[in-house]
Amino acid sequence: MNTTIADLAGVDRIIAEHGGRADALIQVLLDVQAEISWLPADALARIAERLDVPPALVQHITTFYKAFSLVPKGRHRVHVCMGTACHVRGALRILDTVEELTGLAPGETDPDLKFSLETVNCLGCCALGPVIEIDGKTHGNVSLARTEDVLKSYE
Amino acid sequence: MSEVRLQIDGKEVRAEEGATILETARAAGIEIPTLCLHEALEPFGGCRLCVVEVEAGGWSRLVVSCVYTVAEGLVVRTRNKKIDRTRKMLLELLLAHAPDSPPLQELAAEYGADRDRFGQETSFCVHCGLCVRYCAEVKGLHAVGFIDRGIRKEISFLPEIAAKECRDCMECFPLCPTSYLQAAFVLVEAFTSR
Amino acid sequence: MARFGTLQQLTDYRQELVGSRPTDRPCVAICAGAGCLASGAGEVIDAFETELSRQGLDAGIDTRGTGCPGFCERGPVVVIRPQEICYLRVTAEDVPEIVASLGNGQIVERLLYEDPASGARAVHENDIPFYKHQKRTLLRSNNLIDSRSIDDYLAIGGYAALVKALFEMGPEAVLEEVKKSNIRGRGGAGFPAGRKWEGSRNAPGEPKYVLVNADEGDPGAFMDRALLEGNPHSVLEGLMIGGFTIGAAEGYIYVRQEYPLAVKNVLHAIAQAEEYGLLGEDILGSGFDFTIRVHKGAGAFVCGESTALMTALEGRVGEPRPKYVRSNVKGLWGRPTVLNNVETWANVPLIVGRGADWFNGIGTAGSKGTKIFSLVGKIRNTGLVEVPMGMPLREIIEDIGGGVPDGKKFKAVQTGGPSGGCLPAEMLHLEVGFDELADAGSMMGSGGMIVMDEDNCMVDVARYFVEFLTEESCGKCVPCREGLRQMHRILTNICEGRGREGDIETLEELSEVLTEASLCGLGQSAANPFLSTLRYFRAEYEAHITEKRCPAVSCKELVSYWIDPEKCKACMICLKRCPAQSIEGGKKQIHVIDQSKCDACGVCRDVCPEKFAAVRKFSGEPVPDPLPLAERTLVKGGG
Repeated sequence: MNTTIADLAGVDRIIAEHGGRADALIQVLLDVQAEISWLPADALARIAERLDVPPALVQHITTFYKAFSLVPKGRHRVHVCMGTACHVRGALRILDTVEELTGLAPGETDPDLKFSLETVNCLGCCALGPVIEIDGKTHGNVSLARTEDVLKSYE
Repeated sequence: MSEVRLQIDGKEVRAEEGATILETARAAGIEIPTLCLHEALEPFGGCRLCVVEVEAGGWSRLVVSCVYTVAEGLVVRTRNKKIDRTRKMLLELLLAHAPDSPPLQELAAEYGADRDRFGQETSFCVHCGLCVRYCAEVKGLHAVGFIDRGIRKEISFLPEIAAKECRDCMECFPLCPTSYLQAAFVLVEAFTSR
Repeated sequence: MARFGTLQQLTDYRQELVGSRPTDRPCVAICAGAGCLASGAGEVIDAFETELSRQGLDAGIDTRGTGCPGFCERGPVVVIRPQEICYLRVTAEDVPEIVASLGNGQIVERLLYEDPASGARAVHENDIPFYKHQKRTLLRSNNLIDSRSIDDYLAIGGYAALVKALFEMGPEAVLEEVKKSNIRGRGGAGFPAGRKWEGSRNAPGEPKYVLVNADEGDPGAFMDRALLEGNPHSVLEGLMIGGFTIGAAEGYIYVRQEYPLAVKNVLHAIAQAEEYGLLGEDILGSGFDFTIRVHKGAGAFVCGESTALMTALEGRVGEPRPKYVRSNVKGLWGRPTVLNNVETWANVPLIVGRGADWFNGIGTAGSKGTKIFSLVGKIRNTGLVEVPMGMPLREIIEDIGGGVPDGKKFKAVQTGGPSGGCLPAEMLHLEVGFDELADAGSMMGSGGMIVMDEDNCMVDVARYFVEFLTEESCGKCVPCREGLRQMHRILTNICEGRGREGDIETLEELSEVLTEASLCGLGQSAANPFLSTLRYFRAEYEAHITEKRCPAVSCKELVSYWIDPEKCKACMICLKRCPAQSIEGGKKQIHVIDQSKCDACGVCRDVCPEKFAAVRKFSGEPVPDPLPLAERTLVKGGG
């Protein structure tokens, strides 16, 4: 699958913004992902070549750091907060419910690219726990029943 | 380089400043077990089997001897109950992955480690990193690398590089303390030659 | 705005600013921190701007989106200055009424804090118990300034400590002052910052670096985020003073990309400081050059460890370094590097500005100053609290936090994140401090404080942290990667009713190896959540293992749900909601759970109307037999 940054020109632009320095690898990867929401193989190959970093290291970095995705993401990004404050208020059961309703395990995206499910360690909205965040919007104090209503409101 | 004097297992030894405890001990004929160490590679400090106890200024603690450097007046113990207990547990944790590995079995006999203490794991790899580091540091090829982290960490060949480079090299195969590496490579080869 | 080339130009500008802003100028301060924004603060700010202009008041009254004042539970929080009237849980619909009250000098009673016991209202921030018991030397400024305005920061005396360091003190005197303050690092282990700085200053090697650790990774902690979002210049100022002191001309801020607002505000602050000549070459004509760059962390808890953070900054995989070398001597790129966390750096301008004696006047013998905690979990007043070191846990939890809600019983407070531990009710007398918490088997850590009640299972809490660490460990060393893998397996078995005799002892042995033989701080402290829960709640472990019972009735595999036929009103809600379709019944037919189908998700109990509360859960005791079919018809008015 090709990148949506036209002909990798966008990748080259981001590399140039960081001065083409090998030590900027993580920042380049983050910026590329910020534009197209995931890291396609051809973009990674280009970055490795331009920054002169062995592909094996790029492979390790993109799997070591959890911000990176090597597969396309769904239209709606569902983040279930698993922070301690949410955990003690029942986040695990909320996650069970979301998994059941979407048919996804954390890290997965459905074939229709509707939802991507991810867990996060803390969204810093502990007062509202348990919290799920969908496309940047926070839904706080979700009960098991409300989780279902919230998910159903996304098309 | 100045010389320092220290004590290992009650024996007075001299070493060059900057030398590791492990080098110094081995030079003095004192054996310390290792798994992830290789003379051609940078010390990795991953397997922790080479732990020893150091004592200086009234406190003592466990350190890994492959990276800890000598200091004047240091007192080192390479065997005691705590060290043996630690090595035994480390071996048991590794044996869960590679129960039939000859170097691990040998050490297990020495430290009384039970190869069945923990259930058999699915992956044979013990993450000593010898293959990855040898390929990078000695060969400069980076045909094999790590992926992921924590308990999901694995080694993985890069098919496009492996297809070109590995058949004529295979120098990493004998380094692997388990049979995992060869299996991984054979898999990749089968995959890429299809 | 011209760049200040000299100290005089900055002084003149500051005077002008202060002169143009009388302290009695009316202002509406709305928290624009992440918590309040999630509760709708964005709409509230917009509503104030629209409404003030609609009522023709916008020329005389400022609107300010500020940093977090801490009271997230009651957000969005609005403070009206100069009267300091504090309104809570404000919505956009409330805004016209508040704006009208500004004109006629009245107070909107219904939005004030109401004491849950007496019902009395508190008008001002400092009358609210949540704030009254705090000592807010750091967080106070958050609510006074617009987080995105360097002028606001200058107007409250910002960058005066930098000026004092550059022009009055010099690096040696600053170092002495920081050492004398006895400030210990707020990021975890509590290493004395002055000694760390001194080591770097004296170490050979150029260039030197100063770093901000803003990779706040402890789940349930967001102090650093609030400081960086709310008052980024205070962190920059601290970092500049640090750089000046140790002889560094470059600073880096390592901030997790999960905090987009913090990244945005800090980048904005750097750009402003550069524009004003407070960053760059020859700052204010002092001869001191300094630049700051931001590095976004890509999601790895282990990068909170100092050497892992430095390798990540170098663009590599964030694995800690195996060598026994102090990073203040050989750190980033092998050069002397001082790494402190956000809160430590934010304290530096206060220490330099007000003096070490002032700082030493707060706290205990071993722990000086204040500490910000994120007080979360089963607590009435969730939020950020800043207290003097030495305040007893009980005072924080009960007087500030308002205790455990819903009539439940307090069980434990977890401090120190995944490296810390759980302290029981008997330990609530403990005064918070680095050594006090460590002696009790927990840790100060970065300041997470998670309150748990009788419904929380302590074995599950240990399992939760161990699971977190199995995923967050870098995976390099055997004790951490393999030890945690086995600990997680055993703890999961215990939680799921498969615990065996000897499990506790195996866990203890694994803990010893983790603590003694791991490569970095993550592994060395990873056993603490298990060890502390075992120390204080051993009976819970034993109940799980020997009786297959979860005393908190929390572990799913050990819990059964049952509908009390005396209470069920056959309302059909649980029957429709049950995802396993395990509930039998119908209209006027008392509902019964088919235990063979139930997977204990708890939805039925969650949806059962509060006035019925018919669903009960059990652990370790048999579920009563289902009502015979013939007796299930609901008799109206009957039992």
